[in-house]
Amino acid sequence: MYEGVVQDLIDELGRLPNIGPKSAQRIAFHLLQADPVDVKRLAETLLKVKETVRFCEVCGNVAAAERCRICLDPRRDASVLCVVEESKDVVAIEKTREFRGRYHVLGGALSPIEGIGPDELRVRELMARLADGVVTELILATDPNMEGEATASFLARMVKPLTADGSLRVTRLASGLPVGGDLEYADEVTLGRAFAGRRKIDG
Amino acid sequence: MSLHRDDGIVLRAQKLGEADRVITMLTRERGRLRLVAKGVRRTTSKFGARLEPFAHVDFQTFERENRALGMITQAETIAPYGGQVVGDYARYTAGTAMLETAERLTEEGEPALQQYLLLLGGLRALVGGEHAPGLVLDAFILRSLSIAGYAPSFRDCAGCGNEPDDGMAWRFFSLPAGGVVCPACKPGGAAVPQQATVDLLGALLAGEWESADASEPRHRREASGLVAAYLQWHLERGLRSLRLVERQ
Repeated sequence: MYEGVVQDLIDELGRLPNIGPKSAQRIAFHLLQADPVDVKRLAETLLKVKETVRFCEVCGNVAAAERCRICLDPRRDASVLCVVEESKDVVAIEKTREFRGRYHVLGGALSPIEGIGPDELRVRELMARLADGVVTELILATDPNMEGEATASFLARMVKPLTADGSLRVTRLASGLPVGGDLEYADEVTLGRAFAGRRKIDG
Repeated sequence: MSLHRDDGIVLRAQKLGEADRVITMLTRERGRLRLVAKGVRRTTSKFGARLEPFAHVDFQTFERENRALGMITQAETIAPYGGQVVGDYARYTAGTAMLETAERLTEEGEPALQQYLLLLGGLRALVGGEHAPGLVLDAFILRSLSIAGYAPSFRDCAGCGNEPDDGMAWRFFSLPAGGVVCPACKPGGAAVPQQATVDLLGALLAGEWESADASEPRHRREASGLVAAYLQWHLERGLRSLRLVERQ
């Protein structure tokens, strides 16, 4: 145990995700030895992020204002909506530079074992966004794991009435082999998915 | 330092650190275990997809003394029930409640072969699609409770063991008594479910699927309410997933 405020700092750092007592101690001593200007900047940023950053009222992504940068951008295609679990998925998809539509962040995935049902996610907001008929394609980009797949199939069922007249197309991100990998090392679940989602190639 | 090989059903997969997972598994030989699967969240993982909930796998662990959790070093799929469960929300929620029941009614490191075989049979019935997911779940919960030593009685009196007349069942249902009770044993506050509901509960416990499948939705609803209450009574805390089960 250290004295007073040093121990408080270690305790506070230890409450962060994936920071154990040893790591907390290491970070605390790094901060103690660091330049006061750097530490002040870090402290100010921490306060600022909590004060200014909020969630976009339209898509649920992290934003610096009421609406996020993507929702405000008129060049983005409003007819294509990509549903993701978390804000970090938006960043991952943006890095591909393949997608020019807009997003909807659910805030997680359906996980009954953790007590997370449709009411805990932004499903109602999604249905409200789809109601005006502007969106013609809904891309379900939840994680390719059990919870993500269940969420995708649940959402597909929810929007089914909207697809009946052909005004909305619902698609799911493809699953399959990683680029740069060897076929023989793929597990059977992934390889099976790759077969199920194979596409036509024009020679 | 030792290597173990066993079969198991993945009950839960929780994130750990950057790319790892803690896998809770109900195994054939050693009961419920918590194991670390390194790097399975990376897209390059060779067996991450095999360690999703509902998966029935043949796996190998590496365990060291003084270490709380063993490490999964290999996993091969025996049956990937997850793929068949996940496409149907009712099936997914019922299946998740089955996994949570199995987790709560077993002890870590205590062999539970009967619970393991019951869960395996339950998952097969669930993906088989012959019966409504809600019925499979209720039958599973009743039988799992029976194996755990909390077998309910749906015909003879749970208090004195008296048999009812003319092949009927007693109508009063009491959680503390452990099932239906005769008028003489009836404690205050006992529920009075419909006769068809009590028959349905008996059929689910005994595996008489023909009569269970023929039951009406209102009796199924009442039966699932009693099953949930009975489970909560014995677990002291309800299942998180039970509230979210979608009943048709």
